[in-house]
Amino acid sequence: MKHFSIVSILVILLTVIVYVFLQAVGLLPTQASSQAVIIDQLFDIHIGIISFLFSLIVVFIGYSFIVFRRNKLLPDEEGQHITGSSKLEIVWTLVPLAVVIFISYLGAISLAETRKIDPQALEVKVTGGQWFWSFDYPDYGITSDVLNLPVDRQVKLSLTSVDVIHSFWVPEFRVKQDVLPGENLVKELRFTPIETGDFMVLCAELCGGAHAYMNSPVKVVTEGEFQDWVDEELGNFPQDPESLGERLAKNNGCFGCHSLDGKDGVGPTWRGLYGSEKTLVSGEKIMVDDEYLYEAIVNPNSQIVLGFPANVMAQNYGDLFTDEEIKNMIAFIKSLD
Amino acid sequence: MKNFMSTGIVKGILYQIVGSFIGAGLLGGIRALMGLSWKTEPAIVLGGLVGAIAFMVGVGAFKDWWKMAVGDDVTEASEVAGEQGFRRYFGFSLDHKVIGIQYGILSMVLLVLGGSLALIFRVELAQSGLQLLNFVQFNTLVGLHGMVLIASILMGIAAMSNYVVPLLIGAEDMAFPRLNAFSFWIAVPASIILMSSLFFGGFETGWTAYPPLSVRGPMGIQMFFLGVFFVGWSSILGALNLIVTILTMRTKGMGLFKMPIFAWSVLATSIISLTATQLIGLSFQLVMFERLLEMSFFTPSGGGNPILFQHLFWFYSHPAVYIFVLPGLGIISELLPVFVRKPLFGYKWVAMSSMGIALTGFLVWGHHMFTAGIEEYLRVPFMYSTLLVAVPTGVKFFSWVATIWQGKARFPVPMLFVLGGIIVFLLGGLTGPPGGTVSTDLHLHDTYYIVGHFHNTMFGGFIFPIFAAIYYWYPKITGRRMSETLGKVHFYLMTPSFFLMTFGQMRIGLLGMRRRIADYDPAMGFDFTQLLITIGGYLIAISILVFFYNLIVSAKKGEPATGNVWNSRSPEWDILPSPAPAHNYAGIHFNVVGEPYDYGLKGSKYVELAQNVGQRKENDE
Repeated sequence: MKHFSIVSILVILLTVIVYVFLQAVGLLPTQASSQAVIIDQLFDIHIGIISFLFSLIVVFIGYSFIVFRRNKLLPDEEGQHITGSSKLEIVWTLVPLAVVIFISYLGAISLAETRKIDPQALEVKVTGGQWFWSFDYPDYGITSDVLNLPVDRQVKLSLTSVDVIHSFWVPEFRVKQDVLPGENLVKELRFTPIETGDFMVLCAELCGGAHAYMNSPVKVVTEGEFQDWVDEELGNFPQDPESLGERLAKNNGCFGCHSLDGKDGVGPTWRGLYGSEKTLVSGEKIMVDDEYLYEAIVNPNSQIVLGFPANVMAQNYGDLFTDEEIKNMIAFIKSLD
Repeated sequence: MKNFMSTGIVKGILYQIVGSFIGAGLLGGIRALMGLSWKTEPAIVLGGLVGAIAFMVGVGAFKDWWKMAVGDDVTEASEVAGEQGFRRYFGFSLDHKVIGIQYGILSMVLLVLGGSLALIFRVELAQSGLQLLNFVQFNTLVGLHGMVLIASILMGIAAMSNYVVPLLIGAEDMAFPRLNAFSFWIAVPASIILMSSLFFGGFETGWTAYPPLSVRGPMGIQMFFLGVFFVGWSSILGALNLIVTILTMRTKGMGLFKMPIFAWSVLATSIISLTATQLIGLSFQLVMFERLLEMSFFTPSGGGNPILFQHLFWFYSHPAVYIFVLPGLGIISELLPVFVRKPLFGYKWVAMSSMGIALTGFLVWGHHMFTAGIEEYLRVPFMYSTLLVAVPTGVKFFSWVATIWQGKARFPVPMLFVLGGIIVFLLGGLTGPPGGTVSTDLHLHDTYYIVGHFHNTMFGGFIFPIFAAIYYWYPKITGRRMSETLGKVHFYLMTPSFFLMTFGQMRIGLLGMRRRIADYDPAMGFDFTQLLITIGGYLIAISILVFFYNLIVSAKKGEPATGNVWNSRSPEWDILPSPAPAHNYAGIHFNVVGEPYDYGLKGSKYVELAQNVGQRKENDE
């Protein structure tokens, strides 16, 4: 019995040390949403259980090796002949079973808490694609490549993808939701930002190619600042074709692949593209003009430039954009010499 | 030279090369006859398929079956003499011990290949920015690292099961020696095809190959699918063989609950392999068809559903985790009593916990999909079932601790790896539940935390135990012992390096490092930890080089092993000489006269030669 008392004390001591250590190192990013607060409470419980079970096993093994070590004078010494104890086995089956069911129950409560619905939530439609994020505010008729959110108001995201599976994740908000292609597979994610500041939405599901760079800024601002931003977006922006084209390209993530600085990315750079001569994979040499650009946007696989992969660019821009919009975009590309 | 060319593996590879060209040419020819142009993707798929079958013909796997089919006589497997010497490991053999070693060699080759892939992309990740690789190369390396090591693990557990199980249960060989050889040899062309994906443009999807990403993009994915498909055959057929062997070929007097405990874990693993592997084969096959024949199972624009793939995929790939770790945990349970000189605590409970893990393992696949967009009524039940796995796993840990408690421990190299396995698997187990409850998993899913978690389970449940097994049974295989000093260098270098790597992974994962990204934002402050992870990875690689040196040199120069090296009660040590003779116990009859793990009980034995039993009776009279 003496051994068990000592071991129990050591287990408690080590548990406290491990728990305090894990808390002190700061395991998680800042809590920037009300969901993060709820989720971190569950993390806390997990850290406690981890500290205890780790200490329990390690202390028992370590203590036994030290205290019951072999007598050096008796190199062939054998252990005691103890084959088992049904009582103990039942205890360490049933107690963990009860704990596990209890944790699952807490987990279910925690999940329910994170999914509480506020009917006043701000609605944002999120579109993911290779490799961009685009955010639509149907209440205001705004499309943006930055997720602007007012603080302390729940936001309801409706997420969809134009190509493969992506995943919406802001570490500071803790919550994550895969973004699926398909009209019948639009997914919903709700959270309430509680801290103003700049964050990043990261794509968490491998989506090929530039997956690592599929990040967009998230700005959480006060209600007043949010209203200012809305007014600015809706108000006075230039209506000339070049500016409209630039806006369209930016909000649809074109710059994820096509740079404006003259360096080729996943796709050819747009700087100096218009009027240049390109060799296609077919070997044919062409001059980049209005006609070519129109075809390259609407039907990208038909005229791939040598050195760039096919099947990367979405095939549905012809349906997505009006002819007017495509003309604007071509005007914008034309302006980049 | 002629000798070399007639070696099974050389012949097989030559046949595979020729077969691949024939297959590809066949498709090209048919298309040409139909007036269609050359298309590489279907050609390499048919080429891979025909190549694999040609390999099996070349190595001689079909020879006896062909003879049976046409009505010719075939020699009984137990009477086939087989080649002797080192050469036998490179040709078609029916001896389970030879096949066990062959599996072992293939496992180690794949371990080196898969590990090297990681060493390359770890250099890329050691600092932020893109230095060494482009996106497709990075993604290919990450995906192949995963799948090549999964193949290595499957081969490794097959190696242990094949070599050890018949010896432990007193069988002369496996139940179906020809099927056993087939199961091994199909894995060789499978591995070649899997690796060849590197040369067909690679693939972008990681080892999980989720559509619609896997439906588009480079065609290397087809070779990946095909390779996994054949590795699956190996797994299924090998499992069938092991189940029949364990259930029907135990020696006289060895009831199920008197088997060495390792046989129980192999039985549990084999039940999963036999029944779940089909699902990964099927899901990959459907994507192959989607690419080749434009069927639309998983692409929404064609009426498919990408989540369906994830269900099919994880229905195998989660239980697969238990396929990987159960044999390793069996090794721990098997060796621990030998080295603490105490009976295995609660034998029946440990045996049943393996079955418990195997069964609950089938009910938990949904926890890989908590963020995938499955319905709430699926997420919550999967959370309950997932955490239930902790119960049988806990039984194993508590039983190990109780076995160690008051034991008189010795610490030779195999025991060190057993202990390393226990501690590392403990970390793997304890870091699991935060990913098992839904709301915390919303943060953890697809992060480096998960990477750290499963490297703990794989190292604790497979890598450490298989090293323990190799150090432990090496004298039985070669008749010589491995160097203890080098073994200790291996252990004391690998273990802290592993902790450095895995704690680093989990640390940055919690803070926001995603899985499978070639580059990360320096503003997140991960550069230093990433560098440490890379250093940890390279130190592990160095420790494994020490292991290989030890493995090869000891075969010739190791200290000769005489008698019962570890003072074990198990029949292969207690009865057989080292190295173990061909056909194991042929001509030696032994009876089970006690419990397998009654260490510390004076005068008791587990097995006894039959004539000794007779003699003792005479003496008693």
